[in-house]
Amino acid sequence: MTVILNEGDSAGTTGAASGSPVDAAPEPGKAMTRGRLVLIRFARNKLALVGLVLIVAMYLMAFVGPFLTKWSYDQQDYTAFLEPPYSEHIFGTDKIGTDMFALTMRGLQKSLIIGLLVALISTTVAAIVGAAAGYFLGVADKALMWVVDLLLVLPSFLIIAILSPWFRGKSWFLLVLMLAAFQWMITARIVRGMTLTLKEREFVKAAKFMGQPARKIIAKHIVPNMASLLIIDATINVGSAVLAETGLSYFGFGVQSPDVSLGTLIGLNAESATTFPWLFLFPAGFLVVFVLAVNWVGDGLRDALDPTSTRVRRKEKKDTKEKAA
Amino acid sequence: MAGFLLRRLVNYVVLALVATFLAFTLASATFDPIGVLQQRNPPPPAASIEAKKRDLHLDQPIPQRFVTWMGGVVQGDFGRTITDRPITDELGRRVGVSLRLFLLGITIGILFGVLLGVVSAIRQYKFSDYFATLFSFVLLSTPVFVLGTLLKMGAQGINDSIGTNVLIFVGETTPGFQGNWFEHLGDRLQHLIVPTLAIALGQIAYYSRYQRSSMLDVLGSDFLRTAQAKGLTRRKALFKHGLRTALIPMATLFAFGFGLLVVGGTFTERIFGWFGMGDWLVTGISAQDTNITATVTLFVAVCVLFSGWLADVLYAALDPRIRVN
Repeated sequence: MTVILNEGDSAGTTGAASGSPVDAAPEPGKAMTRGRLVLIRFARNKLALVGLVLIVAMYLMAFVGPFLTKWSYDQQDYTAFLEPPYSEHIFGTDKIGTDMFALTMRGLQKSLIIGLLVALISTTVAAIVGAAAGYFLGVADKALMWVVDLLLVLPSFLIIAILSPWFRGKSWFLLVLMLAAFQWMITARIVRGMTLTLKEREFVKAAKFMGQPARKIIAKHIVPNMASLLIIDATINVGSAVLAETGLSYFGFGVQSPDVSLGTLIGLNAESATTFPWLFLFPAGFLVVFVLAVNWVGDGLRDALDPTSTRVRRKEKKDTKEKAA
Repeated sequence: MAGFLLRRLVNYVVLALVATFLAFTLASATFDPIGVLQQRNPPPPAASIEAKKRDLHLDQPIPQRFVTWMGGVVQGDFGRTITDRPITDELGRRVGVSLRLFLLGITIGILFGVLLGVVSAIRQYKFSDYFATLFSFVLLSTPVFVLGTLLKMGAQGINDSIGTNVLIFVGETTPGFQGNWFEHLGDRLQHLIVPTLAIALGQIAYYSRYQRSSMLDVLGSDFLRTAQAKGLTRRKALFKHGLRTALIPMATLFAFGFGLLVVGGTFTERIFGWFGMGDWLVTGISAQDTNITATVTLFVAVCVLFSGWLADVLYAALDPRIRVN
């Protein structure tokens, strides 16, 4: 079995890089496609698998969970105020008698939706802007580099916090747009760097000389060749978006009532954490476990998709040696 | 060399100005201090609202307001809060509180982060490496507001088990504390431990990951083998040749790290009741006070840029190629 580790040419499973001659390698008889290779590598990473299971479980829970309890998030149990977890309320109740399980599930749902949407939007924008900046260079490129520099000085947390009075009382989707608006820049800079090298490759030049318009070259040849980077980035971005949202919501600058997110729950209950720990520990636990799972999956994907990553290469060398012996 | 550093410094001053202008503009455009005033009960008379409008220069266009404010800043006058208290009086004390927390946190973070990274790189795939990896993964997935609250709960637990308040986690000093300066120092230290830990732990995790991978890159390099071949001991080769090279990419990270630190500091100050700059930002935004918000932004920008400039100096000190060019 020959494994082709072709640096820089990390097309996704779509086989979109067919323009590149080296990639035509696996013969039809052998079933080792790139997709399978990635899958095998990913499955070898135990932590990444655990992370994936956790993420799927939490998304399921966020939507199915509310139906598992007879209590609703907007319903009070007047016989139980500030009760620690017991059979009737498995996560306990808060000071007005709301079931913490119902509240946590609702918060989890909002946080996870926001995380997913922000990641999708910001990675898409990053791919388009970064590739365009790298391909055309010029003013757009200068502007992009400068904006990224500026963001280092002016953390996005600060900007969104300043703008929060403006979207108070409006839809939470505005928050999604704001978070996405400040998350794409650093990825765009990486995409730009990769575009600079990709643009010199033969298959891009060939397309260009065949008269393909720049828009099509970017969409069909450049972006698909960065699929692995974008997949990894979108995954990691889900985690950072959730962290950003909960951080803002903690201060009341993010998700606003009547909406509930993990951040607002943690923010409301952090003060009383030393006396009524269950109010704080359950939402905080879900938040930490989710972000941790996302990071594990992101790490596993990086190892599986990026052939240049040292860990995989070493392991593969070891494997092939063992097979040869 | 001096020219290079001077050029960077000028670049940073311009960036800081732009960042502050942006924050000032955004804040002026979204904040509605008069609306807050009008909601007071009983509502203030129209004449005083008019006077307030004039005091806050709300009749002028935003750029002009910025110029007025900046003109004051240059002379050391940061303007007045909405409640008509001079900002400059409070600024010094708050900067002192924040810097104490930040500098201690970042020093401990960099020192132990680099150390942890180097150790896990040298002992790759040993137990200590896996442990350090897990430690930093968990910490990087735990936002400061969760970590801070958990530390608070832990400190409470320790205090309860000892029976006295050894670790104090509210405020930065005991109000009305009597004693000589040595006892004062002890009192401050008691207050300092838990908040510093909240900041430093995240920093350690962050730096150790990058230090580990940059050290791993260096470990496989030819020059390290050469250094050992010409007779250096492994330890000497690792620290004189290896660590120095591995620190170069880290130098640029320190500037990034400081931005994270400032945001993390905001949460830490709020959780532990320190009245520093981060706490002021939250108060300023909640009160819709443009001057406070712009002052804090200026402080953040100056901090990030100073650390960026320091990173440049470090970079030049570590990498001779920079000095020559």
